[in-house]
Amino acid sequence: MSDDLREHDRPNPDELLARVAAEEQKSTRGRLKIFFGMSAGVGKTYAMLEEARKRAEEGMNVLIGYAEPHIRPETEALLLGLEILPYKIVEYKGAKFKEFDLDAALARKPTLICIDELAHSNAAGLRHAKRYQDVLELLDAGINVYTTLNVQHLESVNDIVERTSGVKVHETLPDIIFEQADDVQLIDIPPEKLIERVREGKIYQQHDADQLSRQFFNKGNLSALRELALRRTADRVDAQMEDFRRDNAVKSPWPTADRIMVCVGPSPSSAQLVRAARRMATALKAQWIAVNVETPKAAELPADARERIIQTLRLAEHLGGQTITLSGTQPVEEILSYARAKNVARIIIGKPSHSRFRERLIGSMVDDLIRKSGGIDVYVIREEKGVDFKQPRHRPMPTVRFTGYAWALGVTAATASLGIFLHHRLGIANSNVLMIDLMGVMLVGWRYGRGPAILASVLSVLGFNYTVVEPYYSFGLSGGQYVITLIVMLATALMISTLTNRLSRQGEMARRRQRRTVALLELARELAATPEKSRIIDIAVRHVSQVFDCQVVILLPDQDRRLASAGRSSEAPDMDEKEHGVAQWVFDRSEPAGATTDTLPFAQGLYLPLRASRGIAGVLGVYTPKTADFSDPERLHLLEAFVNQAALAVERVALADEAQRAWERAEAEFIRNTLLSSVSHDLRTPLSAITGSATTLLESGESVDVATRRELLRTITDEAEHMERFINNLLDMTRLESGGLQPRLELYPLQEIVASVLERFRQKGTRRNIEVKIRTDFPLLSVDGPLVEQVLINLLDNALEYTPATSPISIEAQADEKQIIIRVADRGPGLPKEDPNRVFQKFYRSSTSANHRGIGLGLTICRSIVELHKGTIQACNRAGGGAEFIITLPNSSGRAALQISDNPSHIQS
Amino acid sequence: MSAEYKPLVLVVEDEPAIHKFLSVSLEAQGCRLISSMTGKDGLLQAATRTPDAIILDLGLPDMDGIDFVRQLRGWSQTPVIIISARGRELDKVAALDAGADDYLTKPFSVGELQARLRAVLRRRTAQSAGDSPIYTVGELSVDLVSRNVKLADKEIHLTPNEYRMLAYLIQHAGRVVTHQQLLKEIWGPDSTQETHYLRVYVNQLRQKIEPTPTQPKYLLTEPGVGYRLAAGD
Repeated sequence: MSDDLREHDRPNPDELLARVAAEEQKSTRGRLKIFFGMSAGVGKTYAMLEEARKRAEEGMNVLIGYAEPHIRPETEALLLGLEILPYKIVEYKGAKFKEFDLDAALARKPTLICIDELAHSNAAGLRHAKRYQDVLELLDAGINVYTTLNVQHLESVNDIVERTSGVKVHETLPDIIFEQADDVQLIDIPPEKLIERVREGKIYQQHDADQLSRQFFNKGNLSALRELALRRTADRVDAQMEDFRRDNAVKSPWPTADRIMVCVGPSPSSAQLVRAARRMATALKAQWIAVNVETPKAAELPADARERIIQTLRLAEHLGGQTITLSGTQPVEEILSYARAKNVARIIIGKPSHSRFRERLIGSMVDDLIRKSGGIDVYVIREEKGVDFKQPRHRPMPTVRFTGYAWALGVTAATASLGIFLHHRLGIANSNVLMIDLMGVMLVGWRYGRGPAILASVLSVLGFNYTVVEPYYSFGLSGGQYVITLIVMLATALMISTLTNRLSRQGEMARRRQRRTVALLELARELAATPEKSRIIDIAVRHVSQVFDCQVVILLPDQDRRLASAGRSSEAPDMDEKEHGVAQWVFDRSEPAGATTDTLPFAQGLYLPLRASRGIAGVLGVYTPKTADFSDPERLHLLEAFVNQAALAVERVALADEAQRAWERAEAEFIRNTLLSSVSHDLRTPLSAITGSATTLLESGESVDVATRRELLRTITDEAEHMERFINNLLDMTRLESGGLQPRLELYPLQEIVASVLERFRQKGTRRNIEVKIRTDFPLLSVDGPLVEQVLINLLDNALEYTPATSPISIEAQADEKQIIIRVADRGPGLPKEDPNRVFQKFYRSSTSANHRGIGLGLTICRSIVELHKGTIQACNRAGGGAEFIITLPNSSGRAALQISDNPSHIQS
Repeated sequence: MSAEYKPLVLVVEDEPAIHKFLSVSLEAQGCRLISSMTGKDGLLQAATRTPDAIILDLGLPDMDGIDFVRQLRGWSQTPVIIISARGRELDKVAALDAGADDYLTKPFSVGELQARLRAVLRRRTAQSAGDSPIYTVGELSVDLVSRNVKLADKEIHLTPNEYRMLAYLIQHAGRVVTHQQLLKEIWGPDSTQETHYLRVYVNQLRQKIEPTPTQPKYLLTEPGVGYRLAAGD
């Protein structure tokens, strides 16, 4: 831990938040208690069942989820009276397996469930590959779990166990599960006692016991395992102590932000390095990264070595580390630059197994790393096994390209002929001729690789010797001194061809990476430019299926969080119920599952959650005939990068939708509020006037004089009229807004509409003069007459209301072939200067309208009606003062003026 | 309205408050009133009491007002004035076409109702007494015998269709005439859909008979329903 980082001795807010979140999650999650022991037979199951019994007696709802079949009689006695979940019988390759029935347990939903053997591997065909995954699902469902575990099953001590006991343990449990258990109870008995128990046959059935005890239950083994178990428990206690100290802000060393990096290669002992890194990281509470450097040589590695790298990286991920594959020709440089970028404080590397001679000759990577590492600590770890493992000498069988060899022959023949010409005809010295031969060899080496280059160099030396060295045209004795020439030629050929080879491989790798980067970039760019969800889905499907050469489906959730297919590549298989179930599981749990994973591996496809910042947006499934395709972590990471892009894009659209909805809600809310205040004001005001006048008449009608009585009655009728107008406006608006109003288009003379409007005003007793200028031959309007009348009435209402009684109001109309323009103008105070068209907004009321009645719907209604007729309405201030409203309607007759024959005969037809 | 004869008016309406103010105002005007709350009862009263006019609400609880008019017209020519809420133009037109004589939109003033009532009652009395040959309103006068049309004592020339239209409107002066009724009357029953021809003719007619055609005083538009010629002086 470096000193400068030690000042973080108090929890920072982020970490506190993380801890609160973790605790919150814990409170809704079930609690996990592990009964932990050094080996079978120490009494874990007994202790677990005993405690479960106690809980049951306390009234807790306890279920025995799974008890090992080789249970001992005393233990079995504890089961009496407890509810036991029936086994799930799984048939696999003809054999029947008794397994824990996860779905039944989830459906039963007890408070506490007991499940033996946490590290157990499930039979094929069950949902999860491992029992601990079942347990995690139970915990997520809020069920408390008691379980048992032997120390040798812990992943991180797996190698130590193997080394000390010689027994390879295949069923392993990620340490993280053990570390995050809420409670671990160590069950311990002295090894002697355990050996005794084994001898008495109390642990396994008799026939197994001899064989097992010989192999496993000896004092040495058991002591070693006991130590491991005790130590792991002590580590946990230590960690808890640490947490406690941190919670109570006791000044204590604080985990640093630096990381541990482990370099893994194709060596089988790399797994050991990973485990060592994991142990060190746990001890230091640091994050750790497993790094593999892909050099051009990596391409030459045999398939099993490549597979081993993949396995090691997967192991690292499994153990909770990050993994990364770097590429470059200089592994040491790549490792160090990445380490510096990631704030790595410690690098773990395996001790090399090369011979001293080789080290001297080409140097050791470890030495190089140590020399250049600067401030980073380098830990060199002895490789226990695989010491005999050598860097692969095996190279892929060069594909024999006859064209290359033919060219080698041809080029050699040409240089030889040129040599003959130069030497014999022009008398040029044969040392110069040799340069031409060398040139030929280099050419062949550069162009056609190693084999043809070797052939060319041998042939050149022979040809040279034969043609231009005396004695001419024979391999004379003097040829012996050209051995050196031959060696130089061969060396040159090899160097050139190797360099070329390496360059081309590097180029190939660079191209591959670039292709991936470009592919990702293209996806990101295309997604960023797309605003619709369906298109985003299509783009993601297309890109993933093209780049990974596989079939893709994307599933998105509906309101009830049930997935439904949102997009698929053309040849994607139809998802049956089972596949859909897997996808749904992935969505519900936000974890990948399906083919090539440990969860539901029998599924046809691999399903990845579309994780975005606010949770899971959906699921992406890929189908490929080659299931191994995504077991390569790097490929999987690339896929995940694609999936993340898609997830973010989907989320972005969802957020945009939500923002739009929120805006609409806010808008609706605003309108509702304005409407409510408006309705309450504009209905209550006239209503209170009516009530007031009416009650006055009712109670003191006899005492008031006739003139006052008339005045009160006039108020009642006026206010009632006002209320009517208000209600009509509201109804009109509602009808228009609901979109249910279809205009009933008929041909109308504009004069008739205007006449009808003026008639109404006349009936209402309006005395104002309204000037009308419409030509008698004005074309017919194809409109809904009553609606257009409404427009004019509202406009004139406003003009009458807002202008002085003496100022003129006019209606004018013009027409051309395309459109009809109607202007309603006044000489009043005009409209708001900055944006006259604001008056069309719903509930708009000008500052001057405070003294006037109205709810600011009239002009909105006008606009809605005009737009219903595919026309426009605009408001502006007139030069010289006053407001003008301009209605533009399409001229359906296509004539500028009406031509009408007085002869009605054409009508009769 | 003459003092000795008090016309009998049947009000078919389900709203008691409307009955109340109608009975007060119409009785003050010298009418006798029969109130009926349902369509069925209304038809029964119309048959047994033979009222001079019927005021009918279109929104009755037990039957459609239009059906009421149709059934009534099966055996009676008693004038019917429709009262209905706004925004039901189609219903009004249907009721008028079914045989109703006029309409009023709720809310309406009593003055309006009285004017309409007078118009239909006058037609009733006029029919019994024989039509007056000369119609005059304001500056317009039409001699239905000589077919002479004058505006401010100046003779006007009308085309045959214009005259037919005007004559029909004069027959129904003061009452609304629907587009369909006019079309049928002038161009026969087959051309009932071509309402825009009608509008063009009305427009032309206005150019001739109105002192200010853009602000008509005699030939008035009833929006969405039809036309009304002002009642003669």
